[in-house]
Amino acid sequence: MNRSTGIAKYLRLDRYPTIWCAGCGNGQVVGALLRAIDTLELPQDKVVIVSGIGCSARASGYLDFNTFHTTHGRPVAFATGIKLANPELHVLVLSGDGDTTAIGGNHFIHAARRNIGLKLFIFNNGIYGMTGGQCSPLTAHACSATTAPNGNMDTPFDICELGKAAGATFVARGATYSPVRLEAMMTDALRHDGFAVLDCVTQCPTYFGRMNKMSSAAEMLQWQKERTIPLEKTALLPPHAVKDKIITGVFKSESKPEYTALYRNFHRQLRKDGPHV
Amino acid sequence: MTKRKKLMQGNEACVSGALYAGLNFFAGYPITPSTEIAETLAKRLPAIGGNFIQMEDEISSIAACIGASLAGAKAMTATSGPGFSLMQENIGYAIMTEIPCVVVNVQRLGPSTGGPTAPAQGDVMQARWGTHGDHEMVVLTPAGVEEVFTLTVEAFNISEALRTPVILLMDEVIAHMREGASVPERGELLVVARKEPKEPPAEYLPFKPQEDLVPVPAALGTGYRYHVTGLYHDETGFPTGNPEKIDGLIRRLKHKIILNKDKFSFFEEHLTDDAELVLISYGASARAARAAVNQARAEGIKAGLLRLITLWPFPSTAISRICANASAVITAEMNLGQIYAEVCRVLDSTQRSLSVTHVDGTLIQPQKIFAAIKEAAK
Repeated sequence: MNRSTGIAKYLRLDRYPTIWCAGCGNGQVVGALLRAIDTLELPQDKVVIVSGIGCSARASGYLDFNTFHTTHGRPVAFATGIKLANPELHVLVLSGDGDTTAIGGNHFIHAARRNIGLKLFIFNNGIYGMTGGQCSPLTAHACSATTAPNGNMDTPFDICELGKAAGATFVARGATYSPVRLEAMMTDALRHDGFAVLDCVTQCPTYFGRMNKMSSAAEMLQWQKERTIPLEKTALLPPHAVKDKIITGVFKSESKPEYTALYRNFHRQLRKDGPHV
Repeated sequence: MTKRKKLMQGNEACVSGALYAGLNFFAGYPITPSTEIAETLAKRLPAIGGNFIQMEDEISSIAACIGASLAGAKAMTATSGPGFSLMQENIGYAIMTEIPCVVVNVQRLGPSTGGPTAPAQGDVMQARWGTHGDHEMVVLTPAGVEEVFTLTVEAFNISEALRTPVILLMDEVIAHMREGASVPERGELLVVARKEPKEPPAEYLPFKPQEDLVPVPAALGTGYRYHVTGLYHDETGFPTGNPEKIDGLIRRLKHKIILNKDKFSFFEEHLTDDAELVLISYGASARAARAAVNQARAEGIKAGLLRLITLWPFPSTAISRICANASAVITAEMNLGQIYAEVCRVLDSTQRSLSVTHVDGTLIQPQKIFAAIKEAAK
């Protein structure tokens, strides 16, 4: 079966063409996500896509679910309200690296801490694309951006380390050069009962590529591939070989009570026993 | 029959009013002098199957409320000046996306950290113009504990009916004061339920205005799949670059409130019928102004009080009517004249308009207002 035909039902084709540039990886991330949703047969009416601001956030408008394009950095906070008010909804957050780890960093770690059942998919292209190529907290050290014309002095975050430390119960990283693997991780993230974060490494040839001597998507994917090591292979390598590499794989998958389920149990207990105050 | 009164604090009355109105979702962040609202709801909401969540800051608190409201909940958050500043962006988002929610701002002395427990009314203009862009705002301000209850119910009703955020602007004195308040029985006050779409999903336009200029966006998960965005959008909910549609949206968002404003333009008159001097005041200041007016009457000065309850949209018609024959109008407030400037815009340019201001972190005293009345009566 042609899997692209299978996912067309999830697209608002009348909203096409997308605003994304030629060679942008956002379509690949969305494609993987829709195939994962299709595999799990999530009911369209019960899926809510929440996005913030940025190129990737525009994905919500092209998807035929309940879609909610919110404010910069805040989609996780909006999603927290939705999930708590109606836990039967599948609440998926689509966010960029700037959206989640800069302006929205606080909401990210606190949602992870609560282990609320949101699925956070971070479109990580290491750059602010919508505003024209400024560096983000995930721009690699020494790479160029319009706000780092002589190379980025900052050290980037590692989303997966951050997510793990903050208490997320499913943490993984995939990349667009390996879409089948990315899709498998998305399926796992969607199946997970708790806060799931998936770092989706993707490419922005228009801004990141052009400023870093890789103006085509193919060059960027090649660069991505050369810098990437699957988690299962890292055990055999000496530390210097994995330094500054992108490690892909599932870093954490832990079973722990999900926040809204805990909350509901607490309700039931409270009504049985009366308030503890 | 006289109803039994209950001793209540302003913040507690806000909680009781909100629950009466059907509140089932609260997200907030601790801040003096509003914290009792969160604390009381942390006890009361889970016990009735509602949701209480303490968020990481005020930005996420209002975001969670908006999200919950879109999922069908009746949502509220409560804060004070510094937190209210942080909420402004998402208040604009709720206006633009027409998602109901109630925001309580218990004012304290500002700017900045200012005085956490100091009474002030310095957020009147922030409540009106705090978020960016052209917009209309509904802001209600109570002057007593019982009124906190009824105005909280009104705030929910207006928010649900007009699908816009409503600000309940309290001051520290009203929020922390305890006084007897009679609590309405169930059914005594109107409680507005949110409208649901009637047409089938295929024919549904989520942002198509009805006769009252208010659209009927469906709750998430009810089978109406549509798009919500803070970008300019048309009746479908999707972004548009069409200048006519952009203009139409911004004007409609304002006009839906103006068109309906007479339904919630609340004020109270005290001895204004024959008043030569009209005092205009609101919130805790109005209690001092009332005492000052009574003292003036005892001394033979024909003073009266117009107490504003709805601050925004500004009750211009009521003010010009009630002040028409006044020789002087005195606006008394715990700020540097935020409402005074608005009153001047409304009055006949030949009318005397005076301002009593107060920003020392204490409650404004009747004597100060009475002195201004005596001076004006000379």
